[in-house]
Amino acid sequence: MKRFLSPFAIATVIGVVALIVLLSYGLGSKSPDRGIEQALARGERVKAPAFDLPRLAGPGRTALEDLRGKVVVLNIWASWCDPCRAESPLLERWHKKISARGGTVLGVDVLDVSGDARDFVDEYGLTYPQLRDTDDSLRPDYGANGVPETVVIDRGGRISAIRRGPVDERFMREKVLPLLGRPA
Amino acid sequence: MKRALATLLIALTVAGPAAAANCPKTTLGDVEDEVMCPVCGTSLELATEAPQAQRERELIRRLVDDCKSKDEVKAVLAAELGDEVLALPGGEGFDLAAYLVPALAILLAGGAVGLAALRWRRDRGAGGEAHDEGGDAATRRLDADLDRYDL
Repeated sequence: MKRFLSPFAIATVIGVVALIVLLSYGLGSKSPDRGIEQALARGERVKAPAFDLPRLAGPGRTALEDLRGKVVVLNIWASWCDPCRAESPLLERWHKKISARGGTVLGVDVLDVSGDARDFVDEYGLTYPQLRDTDDSLRPDYGANGVPETVVIDRGGRISAIRRGPVDERFMREKVLPLLGRPA
Repeated sequence: MKRALATLLIALTVAGPAAAANCPKTTLGDVEDEVMCPVCGTSLELATEAPQAQRERELIRRLVDDCKSKDEVKAVLAAELGDEVLALPGGEGFDLAAYLVPALAILLAGGAVGLAALRWRRDRGAGGEAHDEGGDAATRRLDADLDRYDL
């Protein structure tokens, strides 16, 4: 019994336990937050996390707060992502459709080379505002772990829908269109 | 005029290879094992097929062709793709463990070595004394034996 209680044995056990705790914490902290989905499943709308990011082309920054009162279709994308290419024409079409009714698509380019991203915008003739998140700080706040992901934010700055993956016509019709008629 | 042309020709002949010798300052292979593919979560060297890795490689190739040094290439990558690309853990949250755990391990290992050395010295001291005690007893016994056979 005494041999099992030697300082080395105790130190080894403490070390192993500490390592397991550390690994568990690491796995937990790195996995995406699903709180937004859970709130939406309960029929609640959570406040959209604030951000303030530089524009992709040209000087200046845009904050979510600047768009308060608008319906914002926040699209997280990257130029190397094929599904992002597929959904871009649809997003551009919808931006034109909703901009006259107090809505906007807002692109946020992540994990990308800025020159490639600007080429992408030119190639698809995208006219909606584009921001750039170099530090990839926005995605964890929105529980995003891939691209593309799209978050629909109502006029009051609350999240009303989320799509992990490319959007389609149906999603836009069902999740965006109804918000345009509603006041904040 | 002929002399000026000849001087220019010599200057170009010498300067051309000298400039070429300074460029490229690094290679794709030299950089890609020291940076990450942030999307893949591995070093760029291991991320062979990922589209983001291909873009990252293209950027490195362009920078190498522009005669940038390895540090300059890394600085551009960090500005474009964030500090995560430098394969260095962040200084807060869970990433802090990458710095703290090795430091703690070194401290613990140092403590363990110190403790082991102390124990070894103590055991050796005790063993030595025991040996001396044994030696004294033997000497005494030998002296007694010699006394008994003292002629």
